[in-house]
Amino acid sequence: MQSGALPAIIALGGLGLLFAAGLAWASKKFAVQEDPRLPRIMNVLAGANCGACGYPGCRAFAEAVIKGQAPISGCTPGGTESTSRIALIMGLEANGEEYVPRVATIRCRGGRQEARQLFTYQGLADCAAAQLAGGGAKACRYGCLGLGTCVRVCPFDALSMGENGLPEVDEERCTACGLCVSACPRNIIELIPRSAQVYLACVSQDKGKAVKSVCTVGCIGCGLCAKPKVTPSGAITMKENLPQVDYTKGGTDLLVAAAKCPPGSYVDKVPHRPKVTIDSKCDGCGICKEVCPVGAIDGEKGQRHKVIMDKCIGCGLCVSKCPLAAISIVGALGYVEES
Amino acid sequence: MGEFFIILVSAILVNNFVLARFLGICPFLGVSKRTDTALGMGMAVIFVMTLASIFTNLIYHYVLIPYGLEFLKIVSFILVIASLVQLVETVLRKVSPSLYHALGIYLPLITTNCAILGLALLNIIKHYDLVHSIVFGLGAGIGFTLALLIMSGIRERLEFADIPKPLRGVPVALIVAGLLSMAFMGFSGLVKM
Repeated sequence: MQSGALPAIIALGGLGLLFAAGLAWASKKFAVQEDPRLPRIMNVLAGANCGACGYPGCRAFAEAVIKGQAPISGCTPGGTESTSRIALIMGLEANGEEYVPRVATIRCRGGRQEARQLFTYQGLADCAAAQLAGGGAKACRYGCLGLGTCVRVCPFDALSMGENGLPEVDEERCTACGLCVSACPRNIIELIPRSAQVYLACVSQDKGKAVKSVCTVGCIGCGLCAKPKVTPSGAITMKENLPQVDYTKGGTDLLVAAAKCPPGSYVDKVPHRPKVTIDSKCDGCGICKEVCPVGAIDGEKGQRHKVIMDKCIGCGLCVSKCPLAAISIVGALGYVEES
Repeated sequence: MGEFFIILVSAILVNNFVLARFLGICPFLGVSKRTDTALGMGMAVIFVMTLASIFTNLIYHYVLIPYGLEFLKIVSFILVIASLVQLVETVLRKVSPSLYHALGIYLPLITTNCAILGLALLNIIKHYDLVHSIVFGLGAGIGFTLALLIMSGIRERLEFADIPKPLRGVPVALIVAGLLSMAFMGFSGLVKM
């Protein structure tokens, strides 16, 4: 075996050298010039390969940005931060397009208690499958099937199935990538601006009677919320028996619309709103009583008025109308937990 | 021609690398969760297996045998396969970026795939010449892809199945692999080698 050692070393070493030389030559010959901005842009993207930008993966989006084909604000999960940092890398001003942070909302409130079930569904635990198999167990043709397909597609763990059989959105985690929107076979999930506090949680286009027979909280299409008296901003318009809400227009009046809605199809994301109080400056002129959309102010003409706390929705319409500035909102508007 | 056909059928069905020879189990379980990734991996394996057959055959017959170094075959084959995969990756990146991105991470992963080394060694054991080696390599690659595709198809459907909790994930994948392997035993009478 002594004679075998040297040839073995030479042969293997030679092969190794040969391959190394070949690889070195190939790496020179076939070197790919990559844009140095590409890895930098990919670093500032969300990196979830979610496809919300419309490109197959973050890499494809970054390449499109460099070529100038994609808008720098295209990465929704990355949000404003990604946009401004891409702008920095690309040497652009980030003011080109207005970026509105959005959040996924479930437009159905008909849980196990509210919505009628036709039968017990025991098929594949998947909404698309249930939709094919006779449209699922829920009597409402528009409502959430509650089998959690959206929960499973969410790459950010922002969705979870609530006790009532409806998915819940964790707004902290939601990046508005839109995967759940396209996964929902009933198109219930919508991306609305994060600033919107009130949204319509129903997509049923059925007539009032049909809706009432299947769900206690479904929109009956009465059109009350779209009346100029309720929403003077014109944010709500009726279309095919369903109110369409323009969240960019609506303000306080959406709160009023939510309070006026007979079946309560609107959801107010703020769990506890501050209410107004009337102090001793009040001379009982009665203006606030007329202004109040929900009839929460009571009092005789000429005497100090009182707020009916159960009725007040904290819209604040009366505050600016009071000639004596006697009305004030107690506490701050926002996500205040009841203490 | 008939001989080549028999080699192909034998490599794809009868002696399927994954399900009959139990080579390349790691990628078989690792990348069989989705059909599209399974297909990508399969294509990369077919590509590398065919090329590796050519190169290992040449090295064995023109370097190792003349100098009486047959005992070095495992070491030198690993060297050849690793360099080859690296070379293919470099060239592919320049020549066909789309194919490069389609194969993605699977190409470098193949370096450590024992099915490729197994193929190179089997070529020697079976005394195949260059052309037979290429056909065998191609067949082995197709067989690997077939096994991977069947497995991924089953696993995609398993996602929706009501599996007992302790069996979810890898356990049920192993059971499926075992059943598949038994099914492929049915092909054993097809070709007499």
